[in-house]
Amino acid sequence: MSTGNSQNPKVDPKAAQEWPLWEVFVRSKAGLDHKHCGSLHAPDSAGAIQLAREVYTRRQEGTSVWVVQSKDIVASDPADKDMYFDPMEDKVYRHPTFYELPAAVDHM
Amino acid sequence: MYTQAMDLMAKEGGPAQKPLRSAEEVQLEARFEARIDDGGFIEAKDWMPEHYRKTLVRQISQHAHSEIVGMLPEGNWITRAPTLKRKTILLAKVQDEAGHGLYLYAAAETLGTSRDQMYEALHTGRAKYSSIFNYPTLSWADMGVIGWLVDGAAIMNQVPLCRCSYAPYARAMVRICREESFHQRQGYEALLTMMNHGTAAQKEMVQDAVNRWWWPSLMMFGPPDAESPNSAQSMRWGIKRISNDALRQKFIDATVEQAKLLGVSLPDPDLKWNEERQSHDYGPIDWAEFWRVVNGDGPCNRERLNARVDAWEDGAWVRDAAMAHASKQQQQDKEAA
Repeated sequence: MSTGNSQNPKVDPKAAQEWPLWEVFVRSKAGLDHKHCGSLHAPDSAGAIQLAREVYTRRQEGTSVWVVQSKDIVASDPADKDMYFDPMEDKVYRHPTFYELPAAVDHM
Repeated sequence: MYTQAMDLMAKEGGPAQKPLRSAEEVQLEARFEARIDDGGFIEAKDWMPEHYRKTLVRQISQHAHSEIVGMLPEGNWITRAPTLKRKTILLAKVQDEAGHGLYLYAAAETLGTSRDQMYEALHTGRAKYSSIFNYPTLSWADMGVIGWLVDGAAIMNQVPLCRCSYAPYARAMVRICREESFHQRQGYEALLTMMNHGTAAQKEMVQDAVNRWWWPSLMMFGPPDAESPNSAQSMRWGIKRISNDALRQKFIDATVEQAKLLGVSLPDPDLKWNEERQSHDYGPIDWAEFWRVVNGDGPCNRERLNARVDAWEDGAWVRDAAMAHASKQQQQDKEAA
């Protein structure tokens, strides 16, 4: 949802001289997901990867980095949050705890 | 240091209340307030009152500026650090401060301000940064004392901000606080080394540095509660969690013991334990000096700002070259495809 700086309508158009904005995702160790950890400005993808290392992994916080230009991220609209996510609220039968089984098979 | 930002806003006219609001806006605001009351977080694209946004942009960008300008007093000593060990430590610390500035600028950008706008505000002198960085770093002992007192005060100030209601700021603060504790410890350790193994002159150097940094460090917490009228609104909104005076007291109580251990005195004849309050009493702070420094008349205001502007302007060709290279590369990739 809120991935950071993407799609912000208020950014000044004058900001075009800035280096583009990138979102940074870091995998902290093998076996874990990449996780969003912040954003940075860089001229291109190679520069973004390089700067991501300097800015977000100065203490071995990562074993892998993804970067993606913030403008390329498509996000759901927070204004639609209720309409979009609440329908799942009453679908309790999607959870294992909904089903009561005899004690004999309780660990199923 | 960072709560100074909000206190300064008060001086500039305080919150602007819009008289006319649509029914929808009233409803959105009620939902916003309810979320805050629940201890919930506000994310970048959630609806928020304009004044909340403005206060945060102000505070986060000033916090970022403080980190960036904060590199200058210490940068002064990188080439003159007494050993290679101290030099690598100082380099790492200054690099952290650059990183902290970048996390914070990124957090502020989520609120709809651009990096260039924030830089412009800093470079033209419109934006403020923490008053502490307008004092000079005269001896190597200043490096230790900055770590111990200045970073110590900053940590005291910043830890509650990890629970700030604005989530991108809170997340940046979690990262910053995790890194900041090394800053304070390395400073204290450097001072211990001087006090335990140094010559008489080196010990004197430590005491002199403590004498000069003690009061400016206390000012980092911002004006007394009675004179910071915006604090109430910021507390209400969960932007600020603990009052200036409460944090200052906490800092003093923690530091007195550390000073004893180090073998230095703190330059305040009124500083003494108050059994009844279970806290230390302390002498009056020179707020006239604080406002003088905040408003541009500290010992190093001009020097700091000039150094920052020069760095930005001298780097312009590098930024332009990197962009030119990127677009050329893109063109070549397109042609090759």
